[in-house]
Amino acid sequence: MSKLVLTEEETMLADMARGFLDGAAPVSKLRQMRDAGQKADTALWKQMAEMGWAGVLVPEDAGGSDMGHAAANVIAQEMGKTLAVSPYISTAVMAATALRQVSDTRAKEALARIASGEVTYALALDEGVKHDPDATQMEARSDGNGFRLNGNKTFVVDGGSADRLLVLARTREGLTLFDIPADRSGISRNASNMIDDRDAARIDFDDVEATGEDVLGQVDHAMDVLRPALQAGQAALAAEMTGLAAGAFDMTVGYLKERKQFGIEIGRFQALQHRAAHLWSEAEVTASAILNAGRVLDENPEDATLAVSLAKARATATATLAVQEGVQMHGGIGMTDAYDMGFYMKRARVATEWLGDYSYHAERVAQLRGF
Amino acid sequence: MSVGQTTEEFRAELREWLEANCPKEMRDGGMSEDAICWGGRNWKFTSSAQEQWLNRCAEMGYTVPTWPKEYGGAGLTRDQEKVFKQEMGRIGARSPLESFGIWMLGPALLHFGTHEQKLEYLPPIARGEVRWCQGYSEPGAGSDLANVQTKGEDKGDHWLVNGQKIWTSYADKADQIFALVRTDREAPKHKGISFLLIEMEDEGVETRPIKMISGISPFCETFFTDVKVPKHRIVGEENRGWDVAKYLLTHEREMISGGGAGLSGGGRALGAVLNETLDTMGDTLRADAMRCEIDALAIGLTLERYKDQAEAGQGAGDASAMLKYVGTELNKRRHELMMTAGGSDALEWDGPVGNRAGDWLRTKANSIEGGTSEVMLSIISRRVLGLPA
Repeated sequence: MSKLVLTEEETMLADMARGFLDGAAPVSKLRQMRDAGQKADTALWKQMAEMGWAGVLVPEDAGGSDMGHAAANVIAQEMGKTLAVSPYISTAVMAATALRQVSDTRAKEALARIASGEVTYALALDEGVKHDPDATQMEARSDGNGFRLNGNKTFVVDGGSADRLLVLARTREGLTLFDIPADRSGISRNASNMIDDRDAARIDFDDVEATGEDVLGQVDHAMDVLRPALQAGQAALAAEMTGLAAGAFDMTVGYLKERKQFGIEIGRFQALQHRAAHLWSEAEVTASAILNAGRVLDENPEDATLAVSLAKARATATATLAVQEGVQMHGGIGMTDAYDMGFYMKRARVATEWLGDYSYHAERVAQLRGF
Repeated sequence: MSVGQTTEEFRAELREWLEANCPKEMRDGGMSEDAICWGGRNWKFTSSAQEQWLNRCAEMGYTVPTWPKEYGGAGLTRDQEKVFKQEMGRIGARSPLESFGIWMLGPALLHFGTHEQKLEYLPPIARGEVRWCQGYSEPGAGSDLANVQTKGEDKGDHWLVNGQKIWTSYADKADQIFALVRTDREAPKHKGISFLLIEMEDEGVETRPIKMISGISPFCETFFTDVKVPKHRIVGEENRGWDVAKYLLTHEREMISGGGAGLSGGGRALGAVLNETLDTMGDTLRADAMRCEIDALAIGLTLERYKDQAEAGQGAGDASAMLKYVGTELNKRRHELMMTAGGSDALEWDGPVGNRAGDWLRTKANSIEGGTSEVMLSIISRRVLGLPA
């Protein structure tokens, strides 16, 4: 496997992404959107598409930049640092990876529309409060040559604004993934008022019609296309959380160097120094798991479960520690809405739950490690 | 290993060599204290297989696979070294030789030694003929290591060394000691230290084992009374021994951190180890062990990443303090879990689960030796994060 060091290209990509996001999507942008009640930024997504980010996992012959998972994670990590709002993980990472598992003209056209930034996706998977695709109850009943979808989905990230939905439903012999427009008759979308101020929705399906053409992959075999998509998404989300942790940590260390109490900078207190050093150590260890997950997804995708779940579990733990220490070390100011740390804490909490929390991924690691 | 050979060709050749040369008795993945071959003038092999295995490896340079051939190594590249470890792990081969010469003095000599010093000291280390110990800490110089007071007076052709070292691991079994000695009492404390190589058999060197809570005595006190050390037995420049000491500590920290990630054990999963003792793990133990396993895997990858970085020319520098910190704290957690899994069986010295209690107690020193966890955190906060002192 390739080395666990960023290549020159990946380093350049990170620098470029950082430069762009600092200007186009700083944390203040999220604040403005929150204050304006705006959940999606289509202009920003168009810009990202022009830079090749929407097509990061789309083959070149479909108009993508096809940079691979390690590069996709590099971009996600930079987005995490400034809490940039975009449908990147839903659309560019997960939907694109799912569509790539299918080699027909329709899938190729759909990939081209993702790469151009023309179409965004959301994945309608979860029905309970915890991520658990295997527990899907939503029914896709056979009806003539097609299906009727009935059921309720929750925590559909980017579901309020997405143009299309990948919907997981139970068919006669297993689970099936449908690729349908979000405005199809019988679909009602209710925006969730999320703590991270981003787009998520509860979506109800009332006798929604789907044809055989709407099925992505094979009937009863959703996981063949969904598993790689979920793994790509989990790795990218883990990368985003690592970036988030780094963003919160940078603010915190900056504050330790500036803030004075008892006549000296609080960063001179060993109690705080050691906690900061511990946090940095945790982040360094997690960074290795993230880098490894990208390499494994690119080079050995059949065998990526351990690497991906390790990355998401570690990223969850590190981001949680980073925002908790971030608020505590900032003291009262860290608790105020006027200060940005709260945005990091709230996003970390949402990202923790999305696509499986610590226990979910720890369980997968444990099973693969003989527990 | 021949020039132009691919990694896979090397693997095939190595596999064949291991098959033909690694004695069956040496394929038990032996990790316990008594499975280790330390070498040295007074070493008594525990079996003829152990002796055979050492000699066969030494002949190939496999006791120190990455050292240059002229100094007793096999000159392997990092990729080949990975293959070497994988193939050794695959058949559960014991390490043919462990020593402070390999882990610490060797890397320091390769970096700071003269060609003559390398030729004199490295091959005997590689062949397991000379066993070294480390003379760093003193009663008054623990975390504040640069405060060493053992003094070396300039007597023209030699230094006259007087003082006391403590925590000198296996000094009672070692042939030689590399020691930090104050050769300039006027200079600031970091700038008056020299790195000297001293014969343990020399007149005036005395050593006494210290019995530890684990029941064993891996550490000693070592006393120097008017010991004459010839001038050429210095590594690096006079009064610049701190540079060598720091370089060597970096290696020591990386080495100690590796133990915790379970990498030296061929990456054996904690779950499997615990399952051997317990029919069913309770939910709490299982949860703790899962967390430990996740951290172990990520720390293992981090060691890998830092090695890859070093190969790409980015040395770990002060970040090695992080490797030492996370690795040793992890190792302590692992052994706590092993004790829990062992229950009352683990409470007996050499009981049904072997020396588990002794191993557990031994790990408590991991976060003290080679710089405490607190010193590591201070290094990170000052030198990596730039927090004010």
